[in-house]
Amino acid sequence: MDRLLFLKRSEAVGLLVLITLLVVVLPLSLDIFRLNLVGKYLTYSFVAIGLVLCWGFGGILSLGQGIFFGLGGYCMAMFLKLEASSVENTKIQSTPGIPDFMDWNQITSLPWFWVPFKSFPFTLAAIVIVPAVLCFILGTAMFRRRVGGVYFAIITQTVAAILTILIVGQQGFTGGINGITDLRTLHGWDIRTDHAKYILYFVNVAALIACLLFGYTVRHSKLGRILVAMRDKEDRVRFSGYSVAGFKTFIFCLAAVLAAIGGAMFTLQVGFMSPSFVGIVPSIEMVIYTAVGGRLSLLGAVYGTLLVNAAKTAFSESFPQLWLFGLGGLFIAVVLAFPNGLAGIYDSYVAPHIAGLFKRGRAPKPGSGVPQSTPAE
Amino acid sequence: MSSDPTHSELPDQLRRKLLLGLAAAPFVGLASGLTAGRAFADVPATSVVNTTGLAVTDTEVTVGILHSVTGTMAISETGSVEAEKLAISQINEAGGVLGRKIKFIQEDGASDWPTFAEKAKKLLVNDHCAAVMGCWTSASRKAVLPVFEQYNGMLYYPTFYEGLEQSKNVIYTGQEATQQIIAGLDWVNKTKGAKSFYLLGSDYIWPRTSNKIARKHIENHLTGCKVLGEEYFPLGHTQFNSVINKIKLAKPDVIYAIIVGGSNVAFYKQLKAAGIDLSKQTLLTISVTEDEIDGIGGENIAGAFACMKYFQSLDNPNNKGFVSAFKKMWGEKTVIGDVTQAAYLGPWLWKLTVEKAGSFDIDKIAAASPGVEFKGAPEGYVRIHENHHLWSKTRVGKALASGQYELVYETADLVEPNPFPKGYQ
Amino acid sequence: MFYGFSITDLTSIFVMQGFAGLILFSVYVLMALGLAIIFGQMGVINMAHGEFMILGAYMTYLTSQLFLTFVPVLFPVYFFVAMIIAFCASGALGMLVEWAMIRHLYKRPLDTLLATWGLSLILQQAYRSVFGAREVGVELPEWMMGSLQVTDGIEVQINGLFVMTLTLGITVAVGYVMYWSRWGRQVRAVMQNRVMAGAVGIDTEKVDRYTFALGCGIAGVAGSAFTMIGSTGPTAGQLYIVDTFLIVVFGGAQSLLGTILSAFSISQTDSTLEFFLSGSTAKVLTLLGVVFILMLRPQGLFVLKIRK
Repeated sequence: MDRLLFLKRSEAVGLLVLITLLVVVLPLSLDIFRLNLVGKYLTYSFVAIGLVLCWGFGGILSLGQGIFFGLGGYCMAMFLKLEASSVENTKIQSTPGIPDFMDWNQITSLPWFWVPFKSFPFTLAAIVIVPAVLCFILGTAMFRRRVGGVYFAIITQTVAAILTILIVGQQGFTGGINGITDLRTLHGWDIRTDHAKYILYFVNVAALIACLLFGYTVRHSKLGRILVAMRDKEDRVRFSGYSVAGFKTFIFCLAAVLAAIGGAMFTLQVGFMSPSFVGIVPSIEMVIYTAVGGRLSLLGAVYGTLLVNAAKTAFSESFPQLWLFGLGGLFIAVVLAFPNGLAGIYDSYVAPHIAGLFKRGRAPKPGSGVPQSTPAE
Repeated sequence: MSSDPTHSELPDQLRRKLLLGLAAAPFVGLASGLTAGRAFADVPATSVVNTTGLAVTDTEVTVGILHSVTGTMAISETGSVEAEKLAISQINEAGGVLGRKIKFIQEDGASDWPTFAEKAKKLLVNDHCAAVMGCWTSASRKAVLPVFEQYNGMLYYPTFYEGLEQSKNVIYTGQEATQQIIAGLDWVNKTKGAKSFYLLGSDYIWPRTSNKIARKHIENHLTGCKVLGEEYFPLGHTQFNSVINKIKLAKPDVIYAIIVGGSNVAFYKQLKAAGIDLSKQTLLTISVTEDEIDGIGGENIAGAFACMKYFQSLDNPNNKGFVSAFKKMWGEKTVIGDVTQAAYLGPWLWKLTVEKAGSFDIDKIAAASPGVEFKGAPEGYVRIHENHHLWSKTRVGKALASGQYELVYETADLVEPNPFPKGYQ
Repeated sequence: MFYGFSITDLTSIFVMQGFAGLILFSVYVLMALGLAIIFGQMGVINMAHGEFMILGAYMTYLTSQLFLTFVPVLFPVYFFVAMIIAFCASGALGMLVEWAMIRHLYKRPLDTLLATWGLSLILQQAYRSVFGAREVGVELPEWMMGSLQVTDGIEVQINGLFVMTLTLGITVAVGYVMYWSRWGRQVRAVMQNRVMAGAVGIDTEKVDRYTFALGCGIAGVAGSAFTMIGSTGPTAGQLYIVDTFLIVVFGGAQSLLGTILSAFSISQTDSTLEFFLSGSTAKVLTLLGVVFILMLRPQGLFVLKIRK
């Protein structure tokens, strides 16, 4: 059997290793504080998985994934904030029952776009729909006019800048630069306890695995093959009668939805959301996680995110003055020496040895593992 | 004892007491030997002063320092880190806290609010810090506040800020907005006869809330005064020529500026270049300390007035000692601003509170804080209010070309902190 | 808002507002010129552009300190020396970066973005370690401060005039070098078709290196000039990067004339809106406008038509 459901054998093994790591090894070896940190890092890997699909396979580099991460996170935060701002919790305010930052900004009733977020099903739907709609508008407008490559990257970056200024400026409605803080309960369930953090961690891992499986489905479907074809020779795909703009918009929306799910999980685990995730810097950092993991590898995206963030935390705990040197050096090294990131290193150095161990007379199969195509331009 | 105190049992009881006494004697000797072995004879046992598992040993107590040393906020927060380290080393030289030397763990918030929350949690959960000196921006404080409340930590927060907050787990060593704003406006109204104001600010919560309080005070409490304009700019904005033209057109008596960070430099340089002479045009700011002047350049801001609680040039013995100790530790060229001084108060106030409470326990410190006085404060006398803010004087200084402020006014009494001001919301 | 003001007041404000717009225009052009060469001509997405500018600013600071300590008599003219030093320092660093990093990445333009982002982190930390986390104040000679009184209400800022003159000079020089000199022809040949250019005997590696260095050098001069109006700190470079890219992209990346026109339209919109609205709103509206126009006209204002 070379295929397990729709996964190649090597992919299935890789996925099992990751699951073992996340579900068994890390929870047993780390205390809840560190495990919660891992959970936080994993929320970024949702974005990275989206970027592998959109950038690695689709060839569309978005420098604005922070927008969608933020939108998902804000939707979740709005729901949690409304729950935390019950009338008895906020009775010292001049208008009880509305979030504290609104009260500070002389807003006396809940703004209309906050009202639906009292409903949890609506919130869940909004986490997916809001970013998808924004993406659809942006994507349709740009891909139909064949904006691509660098231009697309710069425009998404500008949109991220606009959104940050708007969120910071409209502090009565959004909490401004402080963001939405002090989130406490989800349907009466306290999300701040250690017990809740364990549960949220496992929910997060489950969601991540689901997204990974979904990513593989896309990758191996006809859609995935069209994406790669589009990345490598867009004109030929177009001349073959496919709607390039349609496919691009779709994959861009998909990446955005993944990012938004990550954002929502982030809010649940960290307990707040702020505009500092929406801007340009976090968006670029998320691209870097993907690059470090290997832009063609879905699993690599998860490992890349974990590695960069763990390095960031470790560096900044031990050498607060020097960690930027390490981080900057890491990016340059990855781009110059290992353009396919961790996955590339694995394929060229580790995988042959493992294959040698398990070979036992079987003929080597060409083309297993990550496709050896040149990176997108 | 359940037995009746009957006549026949008396000798028995006596014997028992004697035996008990004999048995206890070696322990008494051991205990006194232990205490004598320590440097300070009156060090209370760790089990007494630390009942909640904080990082306190017989000789050391661990505190956290949590500021940004990288990223955009490092510019402002460096001074606070330096002041806190100075205070800690001075306290250690003077014998420490309850006979224990202070050891600090420094973490970098990297100008990023979630990182602040992450590191705060590390300091409390992993390192069990007995207190944390840290945070600078409101956003970072808002991010760590739930962490401190959940894990019951103690934060000493140094920055002047917008108020509207009060927590058992935070001591605010800077001024809240009404303390800083109202006295300054009254002063400029009285001595300069100012009637019209133009309010400017960077676009985030502190300038907006402060300007709101200023506007309420100008419109409701100062007779015949009005606000001619109110404007906000994104953080990091560097082009102010348009608004300067607007100000020229409006001709306000006072420009009231709460611009922060790199924008400050651009604003004052462009103001000067546009020919607005600050010796003729009154400008009142609450956001420019000596630290910022370093970057702006004294010649660009000379003549402006700043309203806060501390200036490096304050003439009192406490401050002279503080300034020379600070320069000795961090170099002749360093300057000390309001927040740096407030950060210096943090470790001292904590030490005094711990000694008053006779314990490191957070709950006892929180309860003992109100009423704690620090007579050695560089700004003069300060006292912690019931609401965990400080009673302090408010002062107005005039910026000199040398980069220092010259004190021109100070309130006669300590100003009461009022984080939830009635009539200003 | 104009009710109750005299005609003279209004005229002088309009003149000064026009002048403010022109200064902003010069600032934008100065910021964007270096990037227009690096990004527009070479296709390198240099996220460390702001840090090259700040290097120029720090050089200016060092020069001013040197002049104050050793030759205070010559302090009034130190700024010209500082600009030359800034140009050389940023240019030299650019050359080094091109040699060590960029030349391996010409076939992967999006990767230059990631690598230069790493570079910008390293440079920021280097500035912080060398010059300290605090901003440094760059003192200007007396003659460069203040303003000229033209009429009663109209004042012209001297450093504004200085920036405008400088921008004009650099733009003319760059235009000459790129469009009229032999070397400029080589640059354009390499950028349009690297293989063909190599085939006709142009040393493409050398052209690349010097073009990149030129772009970085101009960034250094821009940074030097910005010490007059902005702040000099380790992270100040980040403030400029979005605006700069937007100007270049909006103008049509490959056209220098496009960059200038785009700087003009963005600066005029920005300064006019800022006059009538608040600073934050003006910024959002300007950016939205630019994004909207870019969606309608994705290749920017000016398109260089070449066969791919």
